[in-house]
Amino acid sequence: MRTMDQKLLDSLAFYSTKPNGLIPFYHKVQEEIGYIPKEFLPQIASSFNLSQAEVYGVLTFYADFRTKPPGKNIIKICRAEACQANGCHKVIEKAKETLKIDFGGTTPDGKVTLLPTFCFGNCANGPSVALNGKLYGRVDTRKIENLIHSIR
Amino acid sequence: MHTLYIAKDYSAIAVGADEVAFAVEKEAFLRNIPIRIIRTGSYGLYWLEPVIEVELEGGRRIAYGPVTEEAIGSLFDSGFLEGSDHPLCLGNLQEHPYLKKQTRLIFERIGKNDPLSLDSYIACGGFQGLKKAIELGPDKVIDQITKSGLRGRGGAAFPTGIKWKTTQRAIASQKYIVCNADEGDSGTFSDRMVMEGDPFLLIEGMAIAGFAVGADKGYIYLRSEYPLAHEVLNKAIAVCRSQGILGSPLFGSSFSFDLEVFLGAGAYVCGEETALLESLEGKRGMVRPRPPLPAVKGLWGKPTVINNVITLASVPWILSHGGEAYAAYGVNRSKGTLPVQLSGNLNYPGLVEVPFGISLRDLVYGFGGGTRSGRPLKAIQIGGPLGPYLPEHFLDILLDYEELSKIKGIVGHGGIIVFDDQTNLAFMAHYAMEFCAEESCGKCTPCRIGSTRGMELMEKILMGKGSRKELELLFDLCDTMLHASLCGLGGMTPFPVLSALRHFPEDFGYSKEEISAFAGAL
Repeated sequence: MRTMDQKLLDSLAFYSTKPNGLIPFYHKVQEEIGYIPKEFLPQIASSFNLSQAEVYGVLTFYADFRTKPPGKNIIKICRAEACQANGCHKVIEKAKETLKIDFGGTTPDGKVTLLPTFCFGNCANGPSVALNGKLYGRVDTRKIENLIHSIR
Repeated sequence: MHTLYIAKDYSAIAVGADEVAFAVEKEAFLRNIPIRIIRTGSYGLYWLEPVIEVELEGGRRIAYGPVTEEAIGSLFDSGFLEGSDHPLCLGNLQEHPYLKKQTRLIFERIGKNDPLSLDSYIACGGFQGLKKAIELGPDKVIDQITKSGLRGRGGAAFPTGIKWKTTQRAIASQKYIVCNADEGDSGTFSDRMVMEGDPFLLIEGMAIAGFAVGADKGYIYLRSEYPLAHEVLNKAIAVCRSQGILGSPLFGSSFSFDLEVFLGAGAYVCGEETALLESLEGKRGMVRPRPPLPAVKGLWGKPTVINNVITLASVPWILSHGGEAYAAYGVNRSKGTLPVQLSGNLNYPGLVEVPFGISLRDLVYGFGGGTRSGRPLKAIQIGGPLGPYLPEHFLDILLDYEELSKIKGIVGHGGIIVFDDQTNLAFMAHYAMEFCAEESCGKCTPCRIGSTRGMELMEKILMGKGSRKELELLFDLCDTMLHASLCGLGGMTPFPVLSALRHFPEDFGYSKEEISAFAGAL
């Protein structure tokens, strides 16, 4: 069973004094270890003086937060209207076909997780793809292949 | 020493601005030419990014773009540091018709200087609005805002002066200013550009709002998809604190204001003001029923002004130039300017700040240059994912809140997305329902269940199994969502669906006659 290291415990002590510290704390945990293990929840609930149902409720409400470890690399592809108008479906198809996974999936070797995003605010330079947090604009099928190739 | 300007804007970086800046630096070093690169916001001529502006004697700038790393060598060879000609030379961008035809009040500084240089902000008129506000006192500040006719730019278009007055009159030990920076609408990026390109402007606007209503604490609720804006805002806040602008008595008054950034976590519904407040309190972003209005009972039950980034960024100009000067722009009840964001299938996508009253055709063709694919324009979507799809013949409508509402359209946050004739509007209607199902907070039944049922219905119609029965059901469902949803997410999802059905029934496999039987519902 995974436990919080000292750094996270310090963060927990800090954020739990704030009336709205739960979401920033979840961001912190995910930044540190890539996801938010469910086994942390009892301790988080007691620190924030909330019920386990409440902290679980917040965790699962937000699309950003994961309760399982993701792949080593994360590819996010925008599927909102502006990118659709510029043909993002071709980019999405190419990514799914190359990686042989669907949105939300991780390749069997654990190397890549593919996620949808609804708008990066890069609408004027779409289609948009983020690889491990770095945003790429004007992505076509060739560019997505290159991006995938660069991490495999 | 040569001075060059390259945008450090999320969208410019996405097409290589960082790599270009690095390559220029490297090339200059190899050629032993002393240069300095100033990273700026973007002017919003996005099809030209990455742009390099070279400063010549007298401060005149010559621009080159779109620059690739490969082109750097030839730019140096041709002597671009002296402003010489080159295939990528764009001339003086200030003379570019795309910029010249605009009326930039909010965006007047963006693109020109280092966004985090407080000196250059002040040199370009920064904090004049705040100083004026303190001179006038809270009541007269609200008078100026009321006179300006400024309406909420997030989409609801509620008069800002009335909102502020309500919070000012509320009696409470603590009040808050909350900036809604959860810019989730597809096709919108003006909030991001302000936060990345002129963060002090937003801080100034929030401080003025705080001074006017008596709130000493502010929050910027920022969406997590904007990491650069997050970084820039935090730096700007730190600069303001160190210079005694935040957290200390302001310009000789006894009023002090401080603010912090709160990062969202990927929930579109948190752009709805009451869901935003729930999230800002650390909870699930579930919509609250209204009343009470946030202006009376908002964050932690205290009176709270919630305004969009662009609304707050409009405030300093209004104060420094006067409410009447602002109201001189625009038409009818739509006063001032709106930063319109053009995207989708367009030759010249970007940011266009114009007074209300311009025709949609001028925006889409005059600025946007028509479809990039060269194919006929089929539809535009205005006002984000909850805005309607309008066919070409609606483009003569003027940008005006009331004019658009007459045709069941919305201005929303000012995003216009263009689609060519290869788009199937029935797919887009399905997507609208899917998006609502994905993003619904789940509090009210019409939105939570309606969106999923709507998605299933659309799937059936898309598979060619749509009969009159499905059509009846879809209209009935849309009617329920329109009138019984708790907030705009469920309440406006029918807009794109019904508009697509009304204008493009053939995409759904229906004839105009079949649809016209439901004319009342459309």
